[in-house]
Amino acid sequence: MTKEQTPFRVLIAKPGLDGHDRGAKFIARALRDQGFEVIYTGIRRTAAEIAATAIQEDVDVVGLSSLSGAHLRLFPEVVRELAARGGSDIPVLGGGVIPDEDITTLLEKGLSGIFTSGTPADAIISSFKKASQHHRNHDSLK
Amino acid sequence: MSKDKKFSDWQKNELAASLKRFPERKEEFSLHGGVEIPRLALPETIDDNYRDRLGFPGQYPYTRGVQPTMYRGRFWTMRQYAGFSSAAESNKRYRYLLDQGTTGLSVAFDLPTQIGYDSDDSMSLGEVGKVGVAIDTLADMEMLFKDIPLDKISTSMTINSPAIVLLAMYVVVAEKQGVTADKLRGTIQNDVLKEYVARGTYIFPPRPSLGLITDIFQWCFANMPLFNTISISGYHIREAGSTAAQEVAFTLANGITYVQTALDAGLELDHFAKRLAFFFNASSNLLEEVAKFRAARRLWARLMKNRFQARKPASMMMRFHTQTAGSSLAAQQIDNNIVRVTIQALAAVFGGTQSLHTNSRDEALSLPTEDSVRTALRTQQIIAHESGVADTVDPFAGSYYIEQLTDSIELAAEDLISKIEQKGGVVSCIEDGFIQRQIEQAAYDYQKEIEAGQRVIVGVNKFQIKEEDKPELLRMNPAVESAQIAALQKVRYERNDDEAQARLATLKVAAESGSNLMEPIIAAVRAYVSLGEICTVLRKIFGEYRD
Repeated sequence: MTKEQTPFRVLIAKPGLDGHDRGAKFIARALRDQGFEVIYTGIRRTAAEIAATAIQEDVDVVGLSSLSGAHLRLFPEVVRELAARGGSDIPVLGGGVIPDEDITTLLEKGLSGIFTSGTPADAIISSFKKASQHHRNHDSLK
Repeated sequence: MSKDKKFSDWQKNELAASLKRFPERKEEFSLHGGVEIPRLALPETIDDNYRDRLGFPGQYPYTRGVQPTMYRGRFWTMRQYAGFSSAAESNKRYRYLLDQGTTGLSVAFDLPTQIGYDSDDSMSLGEVGKVGVAIDTLADMEMLFKDIPLDKISTSMTINSPAIVLLAMYVVVAEKQGVTADKLRGTIQNDVLKEYVARGTYIFPPRPSLGLITDIFQWCFANMPLFNTISISGYHIREAGSTAAQEVAFTLANGITYVQTALDAGLELDHFAKRLAFFFNASSNLLEEVAKFRAARRLWARLMKNRFQARKPASMMMRFHTQTAGSSLAAQQIDNNIVRVTIQALAAVFGGTQSLHTNSRDEALSLPTEDSVRTALRTQQIIAHESGVADTVDPFAGSYYIEQLTDSIELAAEDLISKIEQKGGVVSCIEDGFIQRQIEQAAYDYQKEIEAGQRVIVGVNKFQIKEEDKPELLRMNPAVESAQIAALQKVRYERNDDEAQARLATLKVAAESGSNLMEPIIAAVRAYVSLGEICTVLRKIFGEYRD
């Protein structure tokens, strides 16, 4: 079976110390229902742990969640740690309590998409699909 | 009705005593035009069914409230949870809130503090001063309560795994103000069990954590008798997505566990039970929430009386704080949140809460601005002073629907508690994930209904508009982290380090021996040993929990 036919693999992760995991768990399960293979890290993981898991599990996309206001520090940190491990081609999406003005900053710092409270699950799932597809296409060019 | 013996006994005893201690707010309560508002509306005939299931307020099983006159005597405590950035910034916010008429403080700590890391720990990266105030040493705590007389106000502190350390700091700050511990009023959350299933700020595994909680019960009974030693919290369980009945069941099951642990350690039930407090969520389904509060109060009274054989009424009374549901707030059309909060706050008041926090309109976007916090507090003040709902006790009693729903929530919660006990109790159910799975399933089902449009959230999945104007949000000073780290390093440099190390060594010995840790921790914080240093010692002995 070629890699294109296998289900997309996603890592859902909670960087930092925030314990609000209702959204992360919902997205993990909603993606699973859509046929994704989902790994959920559990709460309170460091950026380095998340990046290492993403590489080890060979995921197509990483989804981060933080509701504690630490996103500006922690999300780009995960992007950096991924790059340091040769995973700069793995797209990173983020969600949580994130003010509009921070979204631009995060996109500039390498995040591929940011979702805030009230975003319909369908929109989030389709972003995960697009990002995964993009990663697979990129991979096949290697 | 006046011939009912139980009613006249209640008037002679509970009511008379209460009126003597707390005179009512007004000589006479009446509607515009003069029609008198009854203190307590009653059915035409008081039968056994009424006596068993409802009773009179301030009387077992407390369905109608824990005080005979409820808010005719005194309004609930308006207590706004606040804290951010540095101790100096938070102190300024507290003094603002006190000036605006808030009647109790409620301290929000940042996540490193709640998880026992100093601000300069690598684990604290990005989180210092974000969701609350950063406290590393006694010096921060002294600044936090500067010019706030601790004998005059009551303070609630949302701190769990390292509660014993922050409580010790509070005691020492008071002592430096010349206030002894026996004068201190307030509440420490100290409810670690819900951290494993809902809130996430655990440090140690459940069993040693229960030991620290018992240490606090024991020390406070002897030294700090006016302080609530725990706030057994359903709030976060509900926020994580549970149903109302699950909120009651899991919270009371945790309560049973704390009581049993303290009894097993040799504590006397009627010594510590009156200092157990509770904390619930007020969500938007007004009638369900009113019934939930009444059901929780009755079920706890029955458990304490029948199961644990409590003798003193105070041991059977469930007193609780309420916060409106943060997860119900929308990031879209945020002024709608003021309306949601009003409905939720009304539910809490109809349900007989002892204190209340109302959320601010902008909290789905960031911590609230001062203006939004003021509106949230005004919401409570309008309910108290203008709505009239505080003028008669338990106004929903006797509604067919409310009583039916109160019964059914109590029954559902009782069933779930039995199920937990059959599975070996709360700690086993946390360890095997049973409770977490129940909450997760309920949360998933709820969100699915929203996604499918079966459940309407105004402004989110229906009645949306394009919003042009962006609200002003509270922005945190980005220099907080470095300033806090510098301050901590200065304290470490200036303190008598030999003494600090000696205190840590004494603490280590005490923790290994299993003796009460409150005094050694008080001695350590007095010597400016940091929270992180204390927790590092305890982590090595107790181990760490990971989900």
